[in-house]
Amino acid sequence: MSEYILSMQNITKEFPGVIALDNVTFQVKKGEIHALVGENGAGKSTLMNVLSGIYPYGSYTGSVFYKGGECRFRNIRDSEAAGIAIIHQELALSPFMTIAENIFLGNERARNGIINWDETNREAVRLMKKVGLNEKHTTLVKNIGVGKQQLVEIAKALSKNCELLILDEPTAALNDEDSNHLLDLLQTLNKEHGMTCILISHKLHEVIKIADSITVLRDGRTIETLDNTVRVSENRIIKGMVGRELTDRFPKHTPRIGETCFEIRNWVVHDPIDEDRVVIDNVSMYFRKGEIVGLAGLMGAGRTELAMSVFGRSYGRKISGTLIKDGKEITLNNVGQAIANGIAYVTEDRKTAGLIHIQDIKQNITLANLKAIAKGPVINEDEEIIVGKDYRERFNIKSSGVFQKVGNLSGGNQQKVVLSKWIFANPDVLILDEPTRGIDVGAKYEIYKIILQLADAGKCIIMISSELPEILGITDRLYIINEGRVVGEMMTSEASQEDIMSTIIKSSAGRQGGHI
Amino acid sequence: MIIALVVIIIFFGFVTGGRLIWPRNISMLVRQNAYVLILAIGMMLCILTGGNVDLSVGSLVALVSAMSGLMSATLGLPSWLAIIISIITGLLAGLWQGFWIAYVRVPPFITTLAGMLVFRGLNNIILNGKTLPLSGLYVTIGTGSVPDIAPNTVPDFLHIGDLLQLQNKPEYLNVTMLIVGLALSVAYVLFLFLNRKSKKMRGYEVASLRSVIAKAVSFFIVINVFAYWLAMDEGLPIMLILLAVLYVAYTFITTKTIPGRHLYAMGGNIKAAELSGVNTRKMMFLVYSNMGLLAGVAGVVTAGRLMAASPNVGVNFELDAIGACFIGGASAYGGVGTIWGAVVGAFIMGVMNNGMSIIGLNVFLQSVAKGLVVLLAVAFDMYSKSKSRLG
Repeated sequence: MSEYILSMQNITKEFPGVIALDNVTFQVKKGEIHALVGENGAGKSTLMNVLSGIYPYGSYTGSVFYKGGECRFRNIRDSEAAGIAIIHQELALSPFMTIAENIFLGNERARNGIINWDETNREAVRLMKKVGLNEKHTTLVKNIGVGKQQLVEIAKALSKNCELLILDEPTAALNDEDSNHLLDLLQTLNKEHGMTCILISHKLHEVIKIADSITVLRDGRTIETLDNTVRVSENRIIKGMVGRELTDRFPKHTPRIGETCFEIRNWVVHDPIDEDRVVIDNVSMYFRKGEIVGLAGLMGAGRTELAMSVFGRSYGRKISGTLIKDGKEITLNNVGQAIANGIAYVTEDRKTAGLIHIQDIKQNITLANLKAIAKGPVINEDEEIIVGKDYRERFNIKSSGVFQKVGNLSGGNQQKVVLSKWIFANPDVLILDEPTRGIDVGAKYEIYKIILQLADAGKCIIMISSELPEILGITDRLYIINEGRVVGEMMTSEASQEDIMSTIIKSSAGRQGGHI
Repeated sequence: MIIALVVIIIFFGFVTGGRLIWPRNISMLVRQNAYVLILAIGMMLCILTGGNVDLSVGSLVALVSAMSGLMSATLGLPSWLAIIISIITGLLAGLWQGFWIAYVRVPPFITTLAGMLVFRGLNNIILNGKTLPLSGLYVTIGTGSVPDIAPNTVPDFLHIGDLLQLQNKPEYLNVTMLIVGLALSVAYVLFLFLNRKSKKMRGYEVASLRSVIAKAVSFFIVINVFAYWLAMDEGLPIMLILLAVLYVAYTFITTKTIPGRHLYAMGGNIKAAELSGVNTRKMMFLVYSNMGLLAGVAGVVTAGRLMAASPNVGVNFELDAIGACFIGGASAYGGVGTIWGAVVGAFIMGVMNNGMSIIGLNVFLQSVAKGLVVLLAVAFDMYSKSKSRLG
């Protein structure tokens, strides 16, 4: 046991109606990078919340041993004092404060309540150098990109003299360059400073790249722990996660493409805050019925801005250009008009912009098209229940019923609710913005199937995705967007990851590619 | 929350030696607190949009009451016309505030704070410190009841008068009230059963027969007991009809219509609602215009009950309404709260006011008590909600 810095034994954690962790045993060796993988709802975050004290001692059964001693953490401060730091998927930074202030937030360099700013700044600069954060310590956190914010979080953890660092989906919102930088940093901290790391991630290729051991959870139980000294394959991990072989990550599909349904011509959009900055620069594209068109590009390329500005001018100022649907020019001045013209937009961030968490499944599904279940202004609630049940069954939304509040569903199931909402709105053009972000392998497959069904039904699908394998696996044709311009168009069957990346890089004309 | 109401009624029932539940008192309770209910209904809609309130309603009630005095007493217009103009005044004020809030995007707190000052000022300008008498339709609405269609026919057959040891035992009951109560309860029971039957025939889900029977029986009893009580006093207050109509109308709008659904969606997550096609600006405008309209109604009702247009009316009305909504379960973030909750909250505040007055509690102590109750009621509500949430 002495080789294990952490040993969690027989951990069981229950919530009303669901057993989140069922007799889980999880052991981490000192000085290793240990990955924790599993489908959404498997229990990974719950397990780490038990470890970090967010679920205090007494709210679970079982024992946690750290460095040989049993832990009874009452809150997160206790675990931090013991040398355990956790960095959540949702970063806990204060946007209007500086990097230095954020690093020491809650852990101030102070005596008798008075902060020593010299020490704070000096230490902040030292930590920033350690993590490779190339910024001024006085920069406000809101002005740096997600990749750098992630580094601030790590610097924050380091300032707490932690020996065990837990990272929950650290690269979920990062582009490839920032992801690689982060992974390199983790390996440096691990090899050179002996930091033990627990990494929760859906990105199996990253896990395989840097993890020493991989533990798989499924449905709240430990399935197995794999030794990654000889690199395991993604399929081997997936088999453990899902419980079956997934021979194909993407469903097979024969496209049936019809005539042009939707066109964007000479679309120009300016930044809402800085009206002179051009965010979308004269973009022209066309989309056909039954076709799935991918929009590839780096984060910050402007794809979401493009989609939102088209969708009823939900983003941007000084917008100009033409939109043509079924051969006729249309004006979409607000979301209502967009929906009425058969356009739907599934937001990038389902949590803040896609769902009403305190409402239930059926209410969320019908929100964009209440007319369909109403007579005049009066809603037919019985019809609504039927609609909710129909989609719940069709898309296998795992829940206790259509009356369950969506805030309690797992990420994959929430995304299915959002998709259901827009499918119920009966659009002709469906814009999907990162539709499978943060969703596990099994649920991703189900969502791909739904997308392909929609294409077969003659809908026109526009898919924004930062996962190149996904674009190459599902789409029929793709546009490459960089810095607000269309820099390439390819038939997916003739494209490769290298082609796409090199097109992006070449189009950047000397500047470092597209991240904020 | 209804449990809290029952507890408070029982508590004050004892403390006042039973006087709280005397028919005369119940009848007065309804009339005295009608304004809170009317304002709370409108306020609940504001809070649903996202925790926004309307601080101007007290002053608006004063302004409307002043308009009533101006139209009716000074200009000598017929009461019905004065009433209509006064209510429209409220609506115009609401439209004004709605415009600034929805389209110029001034925060509701600031806009209605300004309204609070402006409307009170206008009220004072119009009345110039004087109190003007009101009569006719005003008084009928504020204090009147539907006349007894068969007076001196039905005696107090349950002998409640003896049971409660009333000072002025009523000999006969108001027949109109009894009939209305009976008719309503029977109609509701029939509705429950027929509705269930027709839903079942069309293949929709229905509640269990046992739960429907339980609901029918309890409502039948409650409605008729209430009717009997009022029948022992003056019968059916006109005010009660008004309240019932408002309650039914607004409950229907908030729970069964598209605008109602949009309102809850907006309060639940404004960004998601906007991106789903909800016109949130229009909703804010409508909600605050409606508040003005209801404040107008409350103003007329208050003036009628006082039988005068007084320059000091409406003080702290907004706090009563806001308190009622939060006691009734509204969330400070929006998206949670019902008209029924506002009604229960209004009654809790009303019973407290009434009970404390009966026992002659010092007015300032009353204020302390009311404040504490609001605080504790909401704290209890938050506590019980957090228990049922995951983790």
